[in-house]
Amino acid sequence: MSVGSTTGTMPLLALQGVSKQFGSAQGWLERGAARLGWLPPAGSVQAVDQVDLAIMPGEVVGLVGESGCGKSTLGRIAVGLTPPSAGERRWCGEAIDRLPASERRRLQLGIQMIFQDPYASLNPRLTVGELIAEAPRVHGLIGRREQGEFVARSLQGVGLDATMASRYPHQFSGGQRARIGIARALAVRPAFLVCDEAVAALDVSVQAQVLNLFADLREQLGLTYLFISHDLAVVRHLADRVAVMYLGRVVEMARVGELFGRPAHPYTQALLAEAPTLKVGKRQFIPIQGELPSPLAPPSGCHFHPRCPHAMPVCSKQAPALREVAPGHDSACHLTSG
Amino acid sequence: MNSVHNAAQAVLEVTGLSVGFAQRGTVLRAVDDISLHIAPGEVLGLVGESGSGKSMTAYSLLGLVEPPGQVSADTFRLCGKEMRAADERAWRQLRGRRIAMIFQDPMMTLNPVLRIDTQMVEAIHAHRRVGRGAALEMAAAALQRVGIADAPARLHAYPHQLSGGMRQRVAIAIALLNAPDLIVADEPTTALDVTIQAQILAEMQALCQASGTALLWITHDLAVVAALADRVCVMYAGRIVEQGPVDQVLAQPAHPYTRGLLDSTPAAAPSQHADNAGATRRLSTIPGLPPALGERPEGCAFRPRCARASAACLQVPALVAVSPGHEVRCFHPLARVSA
Ligand SMILES: Nc1ncnc2c1ncn2[C@@H]1O[C@H](COP(=O)(O)OP(=O)(O)OP(=O)(O)O)[C@@H](O)[C@H]1O
Ligand SMILES: Nc1ncnc2c1ncn2[C@@H]1O[C@H](COP(=O)(O)OP(=O)(O)OP(=O)(O)O)[C@@H](O)[C@H]1O
Ligand code: SF4
Ligand SMILES: [Mg+2]
Ligand SMILES: [Mg+2]
Repeated sequence: MSVGSTTGTMPLLALQGVSKQFGSAQGWLERGAARLGWLPPAGSVQAVDQVDLAIMPGEVVGLVGESGCGKSTLGRIAVGLTPPSAGERRWCGEAIDRLPASERRRLQLGIQMIFQDPYASLNPRLTVGELIAEAPRVHGLIGRREQGEFVARSLQGVGLDATMASRYPHQFSGGQRARIGIARALAVRPAFLVCDEAVAALDVSVQAQVLNLFADLREQLGLTYLFISHDLAVVRHLADRVAVMYLGRVVEMARVGELFGRPAHPYTQALLAEAPTLKVGKRQFIPIQGELPSPLAPPSGCHFHPRCPHAMPVCSKQAPALREVAPGHDSACHLTSG
Repeated sequence: MNSVHNAAQAVLEVTGLSVGFAQRGTVLRAVDDISLHIAPGEVLGLVGESGSGKSMTAYSLLGLVEPPGQVSADTFRLCGKEMRAADERAWRQLRGRRIAMIFQDPMMTLNPVLRIDTQMVEAIHAHRRVGRGAALEMAAAALQRVGIADAPARLHAYPHQLSGGMRQRVAIAIALLNAPDLIVADEPTTALDVTIQAQILAEMQALCQASGTALLWITHDLAVVAALADRVCVMYAGRIVEQGPVDQVLAQPAHPYTRGLLDSTPAAAPSQHADNAGATRRLSTIPGLPPALGERPEGCAFRPRCARASAACLQVPALVAVSPGHEVRCFHPLARVSA
């Protein structure tokens, strides 16, 4: 179990044994053709595989891992946008998805997500001011007279000029649109926020400003985060704990200092070794050696074994369980499970 | 690397490039009088503030600025062709085959209702006469090169069935298909982990070295610029404020904005906090807000945020050399590097 549960207080959000499998969502024509052998069947993906994750109030949990390993899917499960194929989501200890619809909608307002793809998530026909004020108005958080002031403050908080409120999403640059998505998620004063690559599109000075805003909100309002990012420096800066995913499974979880200082899982070690720095200067990049593992047909046993420098015979046969290797530090690896 | 090529051979040679939006009687310049040249095989990095005009610059280089945006330039040569008065037909002959763009948003390349194989085969057939089987093989090989496992199966997917990073990689694979003379890549690896990013950068380098493809690489990731680019241009509020060889600009930035950018990078921040989780750690930021288009201050646009500003900065500074090839647009540059 994760460290959170040992501190005695109740996790704000807990995912218990959640899995998500995507079937082949082909049209009937393709399905028919596949059945007749004209097309190879599109496989199903185990995007998330029995993940336990408990997030304490006020905590920032970082989520890292290779592209396609299931981070966004896990984030969408956490906010209730994707129903898990198995497992349960608990909000303050309650099985929120089994509550009556009205009760659920009320709680759901406190759970927001900043999407990886800001383009698709902003209605092109609304001005930015309308986009930001819409939900807080509907839910009675602000009145009509406060709207202008509220929008101006929201925009400034994410480093945008208040005069931009009357423009439409397509008139903004990529990073400006990403910040509109952030302002919009924050507008309903959530208690829990999933940030999916929320600062990936921002240049470093604006990124620093938004990261400082996240830190302030956490300090002042106790905002809790699941922070998905491929940027290890950002995660290291912001997170208290970090979960590392590999092909659908959480393979390591620890406090941030512990994870970056003493990574236990060979995948985490490889990940940290490759983190780029400013100092290296011009260099020749090396292509990945050997086959990349496919999420459609993940390797047997420990999914990482074909790329692991320490792989042993057992690694291809049996999936290692997530076990505590030091207080509050879990790793799923046969090297440390003996 | 091969920045010794002279201008006559340049893949791209543009001076006085501007992109304007007419608004309430005035023209707001998202891109304001910039000049760029890229030699075959050269990698030019373009960095800058969010909203500073990087994507608009990219669109204008591919003839993709849509009205009400207006493009103008003093010289504009691309792949040896004069493009100042080019019509859509002339652009279409270059786009896809000789110049390709990787958009900041992969869904600007991908059609959400078509399968990946349909889209890639179409991109191949637009410029080549090969059978469908051969085209599918080329498509699968291209996906493998950008680190997509099980490429033949993934070809059957619709865009929404792929992860964000996979969609980004499919868009990159499409740009690589025809080994063009110039690739304009707009934040192509923003959401990719280090392993996959290294794989893509390796492919890009191989392409530049083998086919002499030139690369304009727009990014805010200074570590990538440091490792990949030969030269770098820094944009602020529509203008190039600093440009030069990458190692010089990053090691000895001359413009206060470039300095501020480097200082805001979290990796560079002294946050080796072992376990002080919960405490608020603040990153150094550049004070103030980037100016909105239309609210840009007179003179040096960075002035209201700059610690070194003086009355002189009410004029627009010119781009001047601080050392050979390293130019800065500032009255009080940080480094007077001697030649
Ligand atoms: N259709 C439009 N009408 C008016 N202004 C626009 C339009 N499209 C973009 N702009 C403005 O032009 C400026 C430059 O935008 P551009 O997309 O080139 O920025 P960018 O440097 O790519 O930023 P980012 O890093 O955030 O992607 C921005 O201030 C943006 O708000
Ligand atoms: N709607 C869907 N239908 C089918 N497969 C899907 C769907 N959404 C995601 N997948 C698959 O699930 C896996 C995990 O995707 P997910 O988007 O969670 O990855 P990710 O870790 O967020 O990656 P990235 O860093 O690239 O965004 C991928 O193999 C993806 O193709
Ligand atoms: S010109 Fe003046 S205001 Fe602009 S960056 Fe230089 S010192 Fe600062
Ligand atoms: Mg994702
Ligand atoms: Mg852009």
